[in-house]
Amino acid sequence: MKSSALKHIRTVFAVLVLLLFVFLFVDFRGVLGDKAFGPILYLQFVPSFLKFVIAGVVTSTGFIIVLILTLLTGRTYCSFLCPLGILQDTFSRAGGLVKRRFRKYGYKKPYTILRYSILVITAALLAIGGVYVLTILDPYSTFGRLMTYFVQPVVLVINNLLAGILGKFDIYSVYRVDIKPYELAAYIIPAAFLLLTGLLAFRYGRLYCNTVCPVGTLLGLLSKVSLFRIRFDEDKCTRCGRCAMACKSSCIDFLNKSVDLSRCVNCFNCIDACKENGMSYGLVRLKRQQMNPDETDASRRGFIAGSLVLLAGGSQLLKAQGTTPSPTKDSTVREDRLYPVSPPGSSGIEMFTSRCTACTLCVNACPTNVLQPSTNQYGFAGIMQPRMDFHSGFCNYDCTRCTDVCPTGAIMPLMPEAKKLTQIGKAVFIKENCIVNTEKTACGACSEHCPTKACHMVPFEGRLLIPEVKDEICIGCGACEYACPTRPFRAIFVDGNPIHEAASKPETEELKEVPSEFPF
Amino acid sequence: MKRRNFLRSSLGAGLAAGAFMSFGGYEKAFAGKRLPSGADYDLIAVMGGEPAAMFDMGIQALGGMGTFVKKGQKVLVKPNIGWDVVPEKGGNTNPALVKRIIEHCYRAGAKEVFVFDNTCDNWIKCYKNSAIEQAVKDAGAKMVPGNSESYYQEVTIPNGKKLTKAKVHELVLSSDVFINVPILKHHSSAMMTGALKNMMGVVWDRGYWHRNHLNQCIADYALYSKKPNLHVMDAYNVMMRNGPRGVSVADLSNMKSLMLSTDWVAIDAAGAKLMGKEPSSVEHIALAAGMGIGKMDLATMNIHRMKM
Repeated sequence: MKSSALKHIRTVFAVLVLLLFVFLFVDFRGVLGDKAFGPILYLQFVPSFLKFVIAGVVTSTGFIIVLILTLLTGRTYCSFLCPLGILQDTFSRAGGLVKRRFRKYGYKKPYTILRYSILVITAALLAIGGVYVLTILDPYSTFGRLMTYFVQPVVLVINNLLAGILGKFDIYSVYRVDIKPYELAAYIIPAAFLLLTGLLAFRYGRLYCNTVCPVGTLLGLLSKVSLFRIRFDEDKCTRCGRCAMACKSSCIDFLNKSVDLSRCVNCFNCIDACKENGMSYGLVRLKRQQMNPDETDASRRGFIAGSLVLLAGGSQLLKAQGTTPSPTKDSTVREDRLYPVSPPGSSGIEMFTSRCTACTLCVNACPTNVLQPSTNQYGFAGIMQPRMDFHSGFCNYDCTRCTDVCPTGAIMPLMPEAKKLTQIGKAVFIKENCIVNTEKTACGACSEHCPTKACHMVPFEGRLLIPEVKDEICIGCGACEYACPTRPFRAIFVDGNPIHEAASKPETEELKEVPSEFPF
Repeated sequence: MKRRNFLRSSLGAGLAAGAFMSFGGYEKAFAGKRLPSGADYDLIAVMGGEPAAMFDMGIQALGGMGTFVKKGQKVLVKPNIGWDVVPEKGGNTNPALVKRIIEHCYRAGAKEVFVFDNTCDNWIKCYKNSAIEQAVKDAGAKMVPGNSESYYQEVTIPNGKKLTKAKVHELVLSSDVFINVPILKHHSSAMMTGALKNMMGVVWDRGYWHRNHLNQCIADYALYSKKPNLHVMDAYNVMMRNGPRGVSVADLSNMKSLMLSTDWVAIDAAGAKLMGKEPSSVEHIALAAGMGIGKMDLATMNIHRMKM
């Protein structure tokens, strides 16, 4: 096909996908129901792959479809389905609008060693059981973080301005939402990637996708043997170079009339740019000879093998630095948390941290803001992976939203009744900090909020009551810690269960008779 | 109470009340035995009916809603919507009662009626699952958010012992009439929650109260100049333990009662007694009575008791 309609179809499709994904991450009102997330995220390559391979969910077959799609059509995924890719296209377009001569398109050599190194490192670490590099490089998760950290606050500011104006007229259908920033350290990586993808795309189009992105590199390998591809029509091409200048991937060598298929993302700009109808997209012609693989492959294989060995060691080092945090003891009455608390449905810290790519979708979807990006709570390698932060909120007893939205299988679905008996941690009472003990006045905010009454009040001095925790029925929801008014350290906090346990059901007994007359 | 029974009885009461109102008004129905103005009573106590029907009877004894709401006024109805629990759990004010109060306000000529609470659980879930949001919409009133600090304005509490300042919701300041509709419950912090305690849902920083002698703060807030004009206490299903959130329906006692008063100490004292506690044993009631905020001695009150 030579029609420039291809490019327009791609543009329209991509814009729709981008809008959908932006909405997914800024939907602070929870307009999208729990059931909408699965289908929307089904085709995202890395989440689907992790869910299938690591979490063992056999229905998570989206990545297989993407692989087949790539073998058939090339890197269509990168231009049509990858939200980060499409977002970068908008940056590139902005770059073109601002200063066309500033934008550096035109054929360039690929950074072959760099891109394959990144792919090999990522894959090797994953094989050994570490998701760390993928957490940082997965394009879907990177996109999610950009939305969560930088776009959602802007949306909230606009919302609050609107709510302020409407509120003057007693219209409350748009409500204000307090904007609370995350811990500063959690911003480092998202900020770096905002700059990296933004600047690279602004000037060099898809350079990030063709150099850094491991998904791009992997799909690029398959694209080399794809059934449909971009190609030159030798007879019509006048070597004017317009195609190369329109190519975001800098992969068209018009002098040699060749396209580097490993970098071509099927944007179809070249077809549109060619005045002579000299570029087309169609079925591969078998007469053309493939490249001679002998020499390159030998060295490549050696390199891959070497990297694997190196990385096995590297991964162990990272692990030793603490995926599972080691206990830190302090002599003060600060909240002496031995373990962070991973979300319900994650089964435990190790399971969670080995599957989560920190896309932050659950952080946005959580109605109580209890899910917050971690800094070093899961260890250095777990940066940005969400943890239950009971100073920001507490886990709503009847809510299972995070378990419904997670695309990677790091948080697996839980039925509400099962969730209410899933103990993600246990409350620990620090009597020395408690108001009832220090001020000798009533409080009980912790017990007030406790949904199971694991935290209940027992007689103290005089008429005063003081909290006590029944471990076996505590589910670690953190309502007590959130509600506790003492500062800087709370008098009750939840210590995580490294492996989630089953809580007992709270016991109930029937009440005595009901009064039939007023007792006054 | 079984969920089925609850639904059946609520539905029945709703239908009966609806029919009642559509036949030319409940006010006329009582015209023959019109009771003296509510000013004479310290407390109206109704027992044996459904919440909405008991309210019809109770407000009539106070001279109708017109006693409190005048034409063109802006009314705030403040139920307890603190928890993300369904109505059967008795953790929040009965939605049918809230609806009926709003209907009375509009009949009395209210221009607008607003409802909100600064909830403990996630506010959107509380509003929805308490069924109060729907009841409010059905009655034609507005459900207002209370989730952001920016909705609250700082006021001073004159003569407060511990609480001298509080950030209160803008609607408390801007409404002409303020109707307090607590649900009577056991409460792990304050022993009991009723009319006085329900005010913790119109302020922003509850933690301050907890840190600074909770019961004194509850009593102190009652000194603030913008007081509720009427208190309506839902004692239909009374949570006797595990409050204020409740663990199961086994915590409830089906007392089928409703009380009305313009004195929040009096209504709380009656609530305490209903729960089997001496009013003086509930610290914030005793403190409020001691500060002259209202009457606590049930024996000396003029109480109008009614049974349905």
